[in-house]
Amino acid sequence: MNDLKNIVVDGVWRNNPALVQLLGLCPLLAITSTLVNGLALGLATTAVLIATNMTVSMIRGALVPAARIVVFVLIIASLVTIVDLLANAYLHELHQTLGLFIPLIVTNCAILAQAEVFASRRSVGVAALGGLSTGAGFTVALIALGGLREIIGQGTLFAGLDQLLGAGFADIQLELPFNGILIAVMPPGAFFGLAMLIALKNHLARNRQGLSTSTAQQAQPEDRLT
Amino acid sequence: MAGPDLQTVRAIVLITAIAAVAAVLVTGSYEVSHERIEENRQARLLDMLHQVLDSSAHDNELAQSRQAVQDLELLGSADPIDVYVATREGRPVAALFSSIAPRGYHGPIHLLIGIAYDETVTGVRVTSHTETPGLGDAIESQKSDWILGFDGTSLSSPPADDWAVSRDDGWFDAITGATVTPRAVVTSVKNTLLYFQQHKDELFRAAPSNGSDSSETTDE
Repeated sequence: MNDLKNIVVDGVWRNNPALVQLLGLCPLLAITSTLVNGLALGLATTAVLIATNMTVSMIRGALVPAARIVVFVLIIASLVTIVDLLANAYLHELHQTLGLFIPLIVTNCAILAQAEVFASRRSVGVAALGGLSTGAGFTVALIALGGLREIIGQGTLFAGLDQLLGAGFADIQLELPFNGILIAVMPPGAFFGLAMLIALKNHLARNRQGLSTSTAQQAQPEDRLT
Repeated sequence: MAGPDLQTVRAIVLITAIAAVAAVLVTGSYEVSHERIEENRQARLLDMLHQVLDSSAHDNELAQSRQAVQDLELLGSADPIDVYVATREGRPVAALFSSIAPRGYHGPIHLLIGIAYDETVTGVRVTSHTETPGLGDAIESQKSDWILGFDGTSLSSPPADDWAVSRDDGWFDAITGATVTPRAVVTSVKNTLLYFQQHKDELFRAAPSNGSDSSETTDE
């Protein structure tokens, strides 16, 4: 049970793919101009992660070291293509925004890393949980960065939510009383925003570490290589 | 035993099997989704077309009235561009050009320009562009009303010589912070009007007189 909890904490926080492992930065930086875009890409990535992890875990008995990476890439590429097709068919409006970036999920090293170091050694259920946790961690980072950039850059929040959830959600959009600072939604803003988030994450992690070391008398922060 | 070692054989079998399964799944989801994707694409196109021409103004199948025309100087592209021809009860109503304004600030601006048979503009929309966010993107109808300023204009109102932005002593409003972008759009609309003036008879002659004829519907 403790192991499962560790997997979740690892994926969402301690080894957050975007903020700690710094994997998948290409889609992360490119797409996070608004919160909704970030959320949508996060959900798509999570779906691919879970499916990849489960598939890899199912065939882990048959895996051959030499063919490992080829097989992983094949699986990931096929699943992303399927997600791309389905999103185009059933979430068409959103696909217009994300269209270019869904194929980019293929380049998200976080997925390959999960398949390689995690899913290929765990049972299907645990692998799915790992995929879900890592995906959730990635989604949280995307939402945070997207929200931050949207507020600063456009002065809005939740713009375009109706594209994701249906027309009833168009009213949720918040309009803040300023026009926004343009640079936040431009590419440099993505780097500034990500840097701020990583700094914040490190700050919070250090504070927590300070608490736990003082109580548990741990001299060294544990280095986790997952 | 001679021959390839067991590991290699296993690797080949595994990759082949996975590739086969993946091919089946991808093909399957394509089969499931491609009709709906095509419908979405058509609906989106029609939606866009109806932004520059009121849907009650015509009664033919607009999305299927596509013709290809080419004029590097006036329509902005060396490749053929799409024109959709609207008719009502067989009579010509308007032509909708997917013109290109080649001299945007960051490259070509793709426009959809509706021109009524009497040579007035029924509407203009930007379909895609790479102008500066926050400045040049005011040409998008979602960002500002600037693009609506073309509605009802023609080469005689304002006079052809005044088809320029106010910054260049023309009739059209300038956009704060962006000079190149509106200039490119105004020029493109003007040129498309000129093209229409010269070619409108052949455009409508080529159009099927009734919506029932759909020889142009060769969508892949």
